[in-house]
Amino acid sequence: MTELTLGPVYYLWDGPKWRDFYFQIADEAPVDRVILGETVCSKRQHFIEPHLAEVVERLERAGKSLAFSSLALVTLERESRIVKELIETSDYPIEVNDLSAIGLIKGRRHLVGPLVNVYNGPTARLLAQRGADRICLPPELPFSSIARIAADAPDVALEVMVFGRMPLAISARCAHARSKGRIKDNCQFVCGEEPDGLSIRTLDRQSFLVLNGVQTMSHTCQLLLSELKDLQEAGVNAFRLSPQDCDMARIAAIFQETLSGSMEPQEAIELIGHTYPKAKFSNGFHHGREGAGWVSRAKSNAHAP
Amino acid sequence: MELICPAGTPAAFREAVDAGADAVYCGFRDETNARNFPGLNFSRDELHDAIVYARKKGCMTFVALNTFMRAGDEEIWYSAAADAVRLGADALILADFGLMAHVREQYPEQRLHVSVQASASNPEAINFLVEAFDAKRVVLPRTLTIGDIARIGRKVKCEIEVFVFGGLCVMAEGRCSLSSYATGKSPNMNGVCSPASHVRYRQDGSDMVSELGTYTINRFSHGEAAGYPTLCKGRFDIGDARGYAFEDPVSLDVMGEIEALKDAGVSALKIEGRQRGKAYVAEVVSTLRQVLATAPSGRGPLLARLRALSEGQKTTVGAYEKRWR
Repeated sequence: MTELTLGPVYYLWDGPKWRDFYFQIADEAPVDRVILGETVCSKRQHFIEPHLAEVVERLERAGKSLAFSSLALVTLERESRIVKELIETSDYPIEVNDLSAIGLIKGRRHLVGPLVNVYNGPTARLLAQRGADRICLPPELPFSSIARIAADAPDVALEVMVFGRMPLAISARCAHARSKGRIKDNCQFVCGEEPDGLSIRTLDRQSFLVLNGVQTMSHTCQLLLSELKDLQEAGVNAFRLSPQDCDMARIAAIFQETLSGSMEPQEAIELIGHTYPKAKFSNGFHHGREGAGWVSRAKSNAHAP
Repeated sequence: MELICPAGTPAAFREAVDAGADAVYCGFRDETNARNFPGLNFSRDELHDAIVYARKKGCMTFVALNTFMRAGDEEIWYSAAADAVRLGADALILADFGLMAHVREQYPEQRLHVSVQASASNPEAINFLVEAFDAKRVVLPRTLTIGDIARIGRKVKCEIEVFVFGGLCVMAEGRCSLSSYATGKSPNMNGVCSPASHVRYRQDGSDMVSELGTYTINRFSHGEAAGYPTLCKGRFDIGDARGYAFEDPVSLDVMGEIEALKDAGVSALKIEGRQRGKAYVAEVVSTLRQVLATAPSGRGPLLARLRALSEGQKTTVGAYEKRWR
């Protein structure tokens, strides 16, 4: 059975927006698993804490499997403590996103997030031996690598991100705060002003990247729909939707209908375009090309929808 | 503290040894290392000769196999590891866990260092690599302050090596796909960042435009020196602001802080620059050697000479200082 996973919200959304988003997911979105928790910046943790209990309850009541995401970049003592506490006290599975979490969680069942470098079968097998049940592969991987990992590591479930802006880089420096005349240590959470990321354009006005605090993401939104069948046949059994500031319940429904065969990929691509109208889509990494590129199944030189 | 020096060619290797390197690091001429540039790196025979030369002069050789193995082609990395061990590498510098596990199993006596590309940025991560793969040394990412390094130094069970001079990654190393997003080629998979094969310079009126793939990375007005379009050192529009979104075109120089690094427990200082020519390598290595041999109060002129050697002559202490964040 193929599953749909909703990845963690990478952006800083204020508490009520975050809560209402997950309420809607619980009530409307046909996703099987939801990954919760701050992944990008340890300073943001307190925004979601007041709402966490009610969100967890609502999602569980809706029958969603839950897991908690660990921080992507851990450099400060406080951040080490956050990761340790999460692993020691959580009643839910953890999705690990850095090496410290991989070290600390040894022997317990867990998930591996897309920010851990799994590029080959031996690495996937090693993580499985240490307790990983499921690995969401890095967005950079081409299909040829995904298929080979699936063949070489049959004992671990594999997940691929099929929707959302791709996490491309993370830094100790906050370019988002710097662009507004601040630095990370006195940022005043200015990244919250852009719930879908702050656009970086080239000097020739090409949309290129977006900033999300210390994380740099693609301007394009990864969209793998025509590719789902190949991925399923290769042995990938879960697909990840990464939250954007759009109707994610609708996005999930479109994916679900495509997976069940009641909707053709081409129709789904159009509907996704209507649901997230400001997005430009890409699937280049999957096809072994530049990540920003779009390869159309029908016409290999067509432009993005 | 050891001085760890780069060599992209056999000639640069000999210069580094002669200039007083404690160890020279290099890689094979393929995608198994993160400086997979045309015309650079070592054949098996060249590495053999280099190691023999270094040994005679009491210098160590570290071999970087610090890209991530492409699924299905692991044999390329395994055979590079086998040859580096056979030729007598004093350490292998690795980033991929799969490769670390393989080396540990096949060559239990081989000394293993953790590459900066592994992004081990905290004590728990480092101790995981020590326990799982018996890593003897970790090269720390350029995301840490000297205070962070001192705290890590007290808690880890291996040696610490840090970058002190040369190119500066703004992003956490080994966790950046910006280059492949624009070009299809990445440090992790191909050993290249912002590769020359995808660079184009274009005259637009009086401006010189530098491009990577189809993206404009910078525009230089007449008379402004046109730099190489490394993606994270480009000029962009960020919301309503225009400028260097991530970092100015600067390079790293923390030689002014080496006493603090020593106190923090650092055992080796690393120079970036396997892509640099032999004259540059010789000059930088010999100057750093002199800095280390000179009392802190007398280092001023040497540090000034280093600044002149830096790319564009603008330098930063980067993340080593807290306000950089």
